[in-house]
Amino acid sequence: MKDHVIHAEKLTKVYKLLAEEIYAVRDINLDIESGDFIAIMGPSGSGKTTLLDSLGCLSAITSGKLNILGKDVSHAKEKTLVLMRRKFLGFVFQDFLLIPTLTALENVQLPLFFARAQQRSSRAIELLERVGLGKRINHLPKEMSGGEKQRVAIARALVTGPKILFADEPTGNLDTKSGEQIFQILKDLNKSDGLTVILTTHNNKLGALASRIIYLKDGCIVPKEESSLNV
Amino acid sequence: MKTISIAYKNLKRKKIRTVLTIGAVAVAVAVLVSLFGFDAGYQQGLSNDIDKLGYHLLVTAKGCPYEAATLMLSGGGGLRYMEDAVYNRIAKDPRVDKIMPELVSSVYNQEGGPDKRGTFALYMGIEKSYLDLKPWAKFKSGGWFSSLDADEVIIGYEAAELEQRLVGDQIFVPKINKVLTVKGIFERTGTQDDGMIFIPLATAQRIFNLPGKLTGIGIKLKDIQQINEFEESLYNEPGIQVVSLAQVRGTILNLVASARAMANSVALIAIFIAVLGVTNTILMSVFERTREIGVMKALGASAADIFKIIWTETTLICVFGGLFGVTLASLGTSIVEKIIRHTLPYAPSGKLVLIKPEFMLIAFLATVVMGLLSGIYPALRASKMRPVEAIRSGE
Repeated sequence: MKDHVIHAEKLTKVYKLLAEEIYAVRDINLDIESGDFIAIMGPSGSGKTTLLDSLGCLSAITSGKLNILGKDVSHAKEKTLVLMRRKFLGFVFQDFLLIPTLTALENVQLPLFFARAQQRSSRAIELLERVGLGKRINHLPKEMSGGEKQRVAIARALVTGPKILFADEPTGNLDTKSGEQIFQILKDLNKSDGLTVILTTHNNKLGALASRIIYLKDGCIVPKEESSLNV
Repeated sequence: MKTISIAYKNLKRKKIRTVLTIGAVAVAVAVLVSLFGFDAGYQQGLSNDIDKLGYHLLVTAKGCPYEAATLMLSGGGGLRYMEDAVYNRIAKDPRVDKIMPELVSSVYNQEGGPDKRGTFALYMGIEKSYLDLKPWAKFKSGGWFSSLDADEVIIGYEAAELEQRLVGDQIFVPKINKVLTVKGIFERTGTQDDGMIFIPLATAQRIFNLPGKLTGIGIKLKDIQQINEFEESLYNEPGIQVVSLAQVRGTILNLVASARAMANSVALIAIFIAVLGVTNTILMSVFERTREIGVMKALGASAADIFKIIWTETTLICVFGGLFGVTLASLGTSIVEKIIRHTLPYAPSGKLVLIKPEFMLIAFLATVVMGLLSGIYPALRASKMRPVEAIRSGE
């Protein structure tokens, strides 16, 4: 039996908008095992990103229980969440979010800098080579295409050797070909390194390549049939 | 990669904005350093001028003490005169070491000056006691008057340059149509006397038609400790006032105190504005980078990491501003000096703005401290951003 890297029970996240309370995700029960490749799918506003952010320790949950890599982070303070992100979790975003003033190499080194790691450049170069950007390490983000930027972002997310990689619509801003390339890279990392990957996507074709799909509707997990009506 | 290089690259992103902010800081620092320098230079120049007067006390005809002090230092014509009997009485006092009578008169020359706009020439009637009280007055050429009543002049260094006269030349005094012969020229002394034309006291009294009159008496005491006691004894003399060196110094410093207070408040306001400018600039750049800051947090940056980056940016602005400001101040002294000389009623000779290394250091350190303070709020704002809200803010 595999280890649970993520265990969520009745996970709920509420946003307060003036007097109104908005349940972005509600009563989510979820177990994710090491080496899983999970795609979270659902229509816009279904709570995909909120779920991903909560699982990725980017924001505290409102209620329920959340266990990441054996650590209970349900009521964890920001300091603990920082350490979780720094050591065990990697992030890739839809619009890449590279730091525009830093080169590809520097962007990849950034998490190591925050983790106060030694030997930053060799590890960063190794990862840039792995995503096929070995010759572009000194280029600034503005000198790169969308696909290249996302590959830098993946290298950046992996540089600290995280256990789980979170990707929010990683192909959402890319053309079909670049999107497939990115998906392939993620798939390879999952297969060869056993990296747990959790991503959100609108793209059914890419979603189908995942080992498991979680369908969300109005903040709740629903069976595929129910969800697809609304996609 | 270091915090400082991340901060530096951020500042380079909006070059004009950064340069303007640094410029504001630099101007504030330059003003501060110049003010320090002015304070020191003025006091030193004043002390120097007073020491070079050679006497401890100046007796003048009764009048406004401010006017007397100013006239005394600038050598301007006395508006009031006293009888030379006063001189004779004081000279007999056993406490007096050296005593010097003087009669100063200014003569307007319509044709004078490089652009023929007219100038004032200052004539000072003196006796040989002048040389006793001012032992540093040396002849560059020529020598002392041939007699106590000769129609001769000795010219101060600058006056000689201005009038372009050599020993043996003649000098025409326009108002009274008198021709005098140059008997000697003094070397430069670095005091107001450099611009003076000296004539024998008796000659001055005769040609300016002021028989038996004096504008001032310079007194050097045998023992400086006796100055207060001596001053009191002079109160019995009618129609005169006594100005002591300490008084003159105090009077003039009082006179410039209001100008100084004004300048200090301007400097304070400049610094305050510069601080607000720095805070505003950094705050603006923090808001512009909300998503980047969120990403950094997602990548494992702690609140302290973000605080450090933003704080470093402010400090960099202030360090550069401080360096430029200090440079600006040391390069701009001559301009500041001209402005001050133009504005003040009396400015001592010599360097008026004295920029000492410790002033630069103090102003520089003050700027850095100021930078650290002004950076706290923006850095705190940035460090408290929650990653999700920050990242999703632009979507």
